[in-house]
Amino acid sequence: MNLIDRRPKAAPGVTEIDATPVNDAEVRELYKKREPIYPKLVKGPFRRFKWIFMAVALGLYYVLPFVRWDRGPNAPDQAVLVDFANARFYFFFIEIWPQEVYYITGLLILAALGLFLVTALFGRVWCGYACPQTVWTDLFIAVERFFEGDRNKRIMLDRAPWSFDKARKKIAKHAVWLVIAAATGGAWILYFHDAFDLLSDFFTGQAPLTAYLFFAMLTFTTYTLAGTMREQVCTYMCPWPRIQAAMTDREALNVTYRVDRGEPRGPHKKGESWEGRGDCIDCKACVAACPMGIDIRNGPQLECIGCALCIDACNDIMDKVGRPRGLIAYDTDDNIDRRLKGEAPRYRFVRVRTLYYAISFAIVAGVMLFGLMTRSTLELNVTRDRNPNFVVLSDGSVRNGYTLKVLNKAGEPREFALRLEGDPAFEVRVLGTPQASMMLPVDADETRDFRLFLTLPPEAIDRASEDITFVVEHPGTGETARAPAVFRTPLER
Amino acid sequence: MAEHEKKDVDAHTGVETTGHEWDGIKELNNPLPRWWVWVFYATVAWSVVYMIFMPAIPGLPGIGGEYTPGLRDHSERANVREALADLQDSRGPMFERLEQAAAEGGITAIEADPDLLGFAMAAGESAFGDNCATCHGAGGQGAIGYPNLNDDIWLWGGTFDEIRHTLQVGIRTDHPETRYSQMPAYGRENLLTNEEIEAVTDHVMALGGLIEPTEAGRTTGAEVFELQCSACHGVDGRGDQSIGAPNLTDRYWLYGSAREQVRNSVWRGPFGVMPNWGERLDDATITALAAYVYLLGGGQPDEFAEAALMDRGTGGAAGE
Ligand code: SF4
Ligand code: SF4
Repeated sequence: MNLIDRRPKAAPGVTEIDATPVNDAEVRELYKKREPIYPKLVKGPFRRFKWIFMAVALGLYYVLPFVRWDRGPNAPDQAVLVDFANARFYFFFIEIWPQEVYYITGLLILAALGLFLVTALFGRVWCGYACPQTVWTDLFIAVERFFEGDRNKRIMLDRAPWSFDKARKKIAKHAVWLVIAAATGGAWILYFHDAFDLLSDFFTGQAPLTAYLFFAMLTFTTYTLAGTMREQVCTYMCPWPRIQAAMTDREALNVTYRVDRGEPRGPHKKGESWEGRGDCIDCKACVAACPMGIDIRNGPQLECIGCALCIDACNDIMDKVGRPRGLIAYDTDDNIDRRLKGEAPRYRFVRVRTLYYAISFAIVAGVMLFGLMTRSTLELNVTRDRNPNFVVLSDGSVRNGYTLKVLNKAGEPREFALRLEGDPAFEVRVLGTPQASMMLPVDADETRDFRLFLTLPPEAIDRASEDITFVVEHPGTGETARAPAVFRTPLER
Repeated sequence: MAEHEKKDVDAHTGVETTGHEWDGIKELNNPLPRWWVWVFYATVAWSVVYMIFMPAIPGLPGIGGEYTPGLRDHSERANVREALADLQDSRGPMFERLEQAAAEGGITAIEADPDLLGFAMAAGESAFGDNCATCHGAGGQGAIGYPNLNDDIWLWGGTFDEIRHTLQVGIRTDHPETRYSQMPAYGRENLLTNEEIEAVTDHVMALGGLIEPTEAGRTTGAEVFELQCSACHGVDGRGDQSIGAPNLTDRYWLYGSAREQVRNSVWRGPFGVMPNWGERLDDATITALAAYVYLLGGGQPDEFAEAALMDRGTGGAAGE
């Protein structure tokens, strides 16, 4: 059983681990069946930060749908809600209508620029800490570790023949995975309906079919992606590792094995001098800790998600052998070269690249903020009847028909005063409103169509078409919306 | 043959080949991927389950129907029928509200209720597109011989009730109450001489302001008009909606305003037909259609509606 303990010691008190970087591009064929990776639990500041970040991220994800936000009596009170049925998107104080999807586009641009910026500054911190694939995989590995033990125990369990104990552990693990996966899919759908209503409907079987469908889909994908595919998603499916190469440069901080300090590597006996050799004792603790199954000592590679777990693992070893920490650390390619050349390392966060990303980010954010602050709660669209283009009445006057779409984006019903800029000789009639009134009532958070007729007496007809402008104004706030239109007469031919 | 029997193994991969070769390229005889095989088995199993539960095998003797119905007794036809019935049911209440509003307050009541107005316009528009647009045009703009429904000129009256009645009974149909009028074919039936027809054409064109009065029109034309036409079209040519006689003094000429067209109308006596939609469409749809046509812009308020309009000026909706 003790096949691991019989190995030569990397250093006194440090056991060399029999770990191969199975996912390393060097040893991996273009297509190969997945080889399981058994990441060893490490302790250290990065691991602690990852636990905390995971707790916060998951907490947000599960709690957010239940947060309420008062928008008045006519709107849903869920803080974050994608309301497909009514074509609205609510995000705290922001409410987005379908024709305002450019805000979403803006948000995506911001997310992309933000990602570029942090990548240029700190490397793949998104992959290492924030990516859902990382968060859930980390959680799933923790569950695995809880039932099957740490690395060595897991390896042995998988090698052992089937037994009641093995079956019990495996079943328990998969059961907990499924529960987590179901909770993941379950929380997702809460963002698309009233969370409290949906939750009770869901368990009484009254939720819409799509809710169950998406629940099933996300449960399945969470289970397979985080449970069985893990690093393969990052290596084969995710485009980001390829794109990031363009975002980072020689001065970006990345999880780096400091070759200048580590090489030449080799086992180290107590009392032996450190002269003429590197600090790496070749214990492979970093390889055993890596959830991606790679060896960071082979240099930067696309499989690395920058989770920094190897940093924690190696620091632990350095403490034990009495060498300074940071043989593996967040460092830049540039610094490695500088040190090799005997120059002092330097860290420059303000560079052309980061400035460029930061400024673009600020501009887009500013434009969006401005748009949101000055966002009008009133909008007007006008379409003129084309069929017929105009109607000649018995007395020779000419009438055009229009459809006015008035959007009242406010949370209460409002009346808007309609007026016409252009030729004052028009007789105006709006269907569905009292004859003399030019007030257009629209319910809260609604769009209402009004049909409207403009009639010009025969003596006023002297041109093929008249340019006019429809104006609606909210008398209370003075908010106005305008829409240009034309009035056509038979003189056009 | 001999070569075919001996197994050909690819040296590079150690995998047996199929023995087929194209331009020096051989096909490896790899097994099918396992996932593929399992999907295949799954589809086979699924087909058996499907056959048991769903309609499947046609033309078996002794099964009564035309095919094995399956345990679920599923039928797309029945589903469509059900879906249609559901649709009717879901629209039913709105149609009822529409009928009730039409009966109690006429078009004014429909216009006063935004929901109802929207519903009537939408239902009317779709019924119009299906049934009326062929003749009257997609926007009701009409064509020669087919009235323009947008303007304020009506042969049989343009109030909401009159439009609805016209839709119900049609024009010159076999409905007992159908709208019916007949203009004699003065030329074809030799009721007037050619000369008289030319003269009366001049006269009516002058009435409608299409041409300056001519000598023949003022004398013979006027005489013929008084004798033959005034009974229906009125002495002044203003027509009579109660008998469907067109007003000849307005700007609108159903059969065209060119001289040739006007003369032709006198010569042959137009005889347009509109189906009685009452026998094809239900009452509620006809009400929606009438509202839609009325609200195209040319509808004329009747006394009843006018009184109601007064009410609305002070805030009360008609029919309340
Ligand atoms: S880099 Fe650190 S953890 Fe990795 S083998 Fe060397 S000493 Fe061990
Ligand atoms: S090499 Fe280090 S930072 Fe990269 S994935 Fe592995 S453990 Fe994480």
